[in-house]
Amino acid sequence: MDLYEYQARDLFEAHGVPVLAGIVAYTPEEAKAAAEKIGGVVVVKAQVKVGGRGKAGGVKVAKTADEAFEHATNILGMDIKGHTVNKVMIAQGADIAEEFYFSVLLDRANRNYLAMCSVEGGMEIEQLAEERPEALARVAVDPLVGIDAAKAAEIVAEAGFPEELRGKVAETLQKLWTVFKEEDATLVEVNPLVKTGAGDIVALDGKVSLDDNASEVRHPAHEELEDKAVADPLEAKAKAMGLNYVKLDGQIGIIGNGAGLVMSTLDVVAYAGENHGDVKPANFLDIGGGASAEVMANGLDVILNDPQVKSVFVNVFGGITACDAVANGIVGALNTLGDSANKPLVVRLDGNKVEEGRAILAEANHPLVTLAATMDEGADKAAELANAAK
Amino acid sequence: MSIYLNKDSKVIVQGITGGEGTKHTALMLKAGTNIVGGVNARKAGTTVTHGDKEIKVFGTVAEAKAETGADVSIVFVPPKFTKDAVIEAIEAEVGLVVVITEGVPVQDSAEFWALAQSKVDADGNQITRIIGPNCPGIITPGEALVGITPNNITGKGPIGLVSKSGTLTYQMMYELRDLGFSTAIGIGGDPVIGTTHIDALAAFEADPETKAIVMIGEIGGDAEERAADYIKANVTKPVVGYVAGFTAPEGKTMGHAGAIVSGSAGTAQAKKEALEAAGVKVGKTPSETARLLREVFAAL
Repeated sequence: MDLYEYQARDLFEAHGVPVLAGIVAYTPEEAKAAAEKIGGVVVVKAQVKVGGRGKAGGVKVAKTADEAFEHATNILGMDIKGHTVNKVMIAQGADIAEEFYFSVLLDRANRNYLAMCSVEGGMEIEQLAEERPEALARVAVDPLVGIDAAKAAEIVAEAGFPEELRGKVAETLQKLWTVFKEEDATLVEVNPLVKTGAGDIVALDGKVSLDDNASEVRHPAHEELEDKAVADPLEAKAKAMGLNYVKLDGQIGIIGNGAGLVMSTLDVVAYAGENHGDVKPANFLDIGGGASAEVMANGLDVILNDPQVKSVFVNVFGGITACDAVANGIVGALNTLGDSANKPLVVRLDGNKVEEGRAILAEANHPLVTLAATMDEGADKAAELANAAK
Repeated sequence: MSIYLNKDSKVIVQGITGGEGTKHTALMLKAGTNIVGGVNARKAGTTVTHGDKEIKVFGTVAEAKAETGADVSIVFVPPKFTKDAVIEAIEAEVGLVVVITEGVPVQDSAEFWALAQSKVDADGNQITRIIGPNCPGIITPGEALVGITPNNITGKGPIGLVSKSGTLTYQMMYELRDLGFSTAIGIGGDPVIGTTHIDALAAFEADPETKAIVMIGEIGGDAEERAADYIKANVTKPVVGYVAGFTAPEGKTMGHAGAIVSGSAGTAQAKKEALEAAGVKVGKTPSETARLLREVFAAL
């Protein structure tokens, strides 16, 4: 889960990282009140999970509370790279003397963590890494040790901080590490990390990505950081049912077991769609190992409620899951859903107890259900049916 | 021959008394796996019975290993306790630890991997190999199964298979069931995993029984690209590839924690191109991949 800037700021504050005052606002009135509360010069910052806010006009300095009201009026509702701005952060104005960069992230390739740090902050880090790679220190972090005092000292030395700043910056890096570690982040980035005119080190803008597995296992508080307003209603419904569902923009509903097989099914269906009026998959839905009647009914319920869906392809390879259980699940789901099940279903079953599974579907002889012998055949049939119903 | 696992492997099950552990212990026994013990600290000294086989439950991995000589452990414990279970197996110097559990916090995986890497023998070789987490495990058909792959899809044969995905592994084994497999290994779809595509490719290259290799990847990360570089430099046996997720949109996680396209990185197209540049034939679908494998196999 990627956090908004204001959420990252709040996490930083909670872990003792120096930040400036910042208040989230959903209306121009709230923005004005926040500006009054903070006092002095403030910055009105669009809260979207995408870069390039400044260039898009989503970050404006306000000298007065009325100006903050005005900027918030303009920024709220703005579209930034396809993201609608529905909140802004009113941030205390900073007296910036120097800008630096710091991040610590999961390094998949090396299976450890990587700290990156530069005394040339403020710009896009990708650009810095490309144009002046020597200006970006890259230091591996051992997951068993983390960024302790010695590692922090190593990072600030590598980055080329002047002697007199090293202690202060290193101290902040250790606090940022505690954010990474204690919140189970996969990314903590500060850009810019600034030195103020008074010589203080402050994290001015932060990006944090949290590990969903860890949030599930040991951070119940992270649930509150979830962006429920933005989530697609079908995705929200599926999540409430414990289904692994992603809404896409197409006409063929997909249900399968196992993330890899479902991804592969999306591809095969998209290719088949090329021959049938360019119809596309409408969703990703992985029902996982235990495809009970209930899970299948929930999955069908979500998919059939997608008004874009014209046909459904159920693609199951019975590994541990037995095909007879899947077939019973489908028949049971269709019975439960009754008249609300009104779109054609193509079902491909293979693997464990496939004969029994196919026999159950043949026996039920439901008018909406077509059996397919292979994944390719099923995808083609589902695409054909979706195209015919378009 | 096979890789990592054979009929002589002595296996213990961590979490043998739980729901998944019980179900899969039965299936692994049926597949011929030599299960010599189980671990559950709260049920030490008891036994579990499967058919006519009684399996002792030990309090720790170290005790289980000392008494049974186990060299493989399979971990079925819930995500909250997975790190401790794997660390216990690493500390006990078990040679192969297969972590089935889905939903393990990635920092936990990074920590137990760092620990595993730090434990080396006198020659500097890592003592414990880890497969997973979030994987279907490993099967050497006709000899042993340490995982949740169905044992009845196909039998022994000349194809080696390495895959990030479980059900795609089953699908591919089914497509090529007439040829059979030396070993099929599911390495898992998490961002941090123990055994990689490259590790498995190296092992299959060295295994005389394996004649051709199928490598299945999916969107996210750059493991397939790195595997392509490795294949180009080190693998002489024919490799056929498949990558799932060509039509996956940017920024949406597709089921596996590691399966996400971010910006231009991690796309199926980039992976396909990298593999093809290394001389690997890449199928657009599982069935086409199977056909390509048959072609290269027939030409051997």
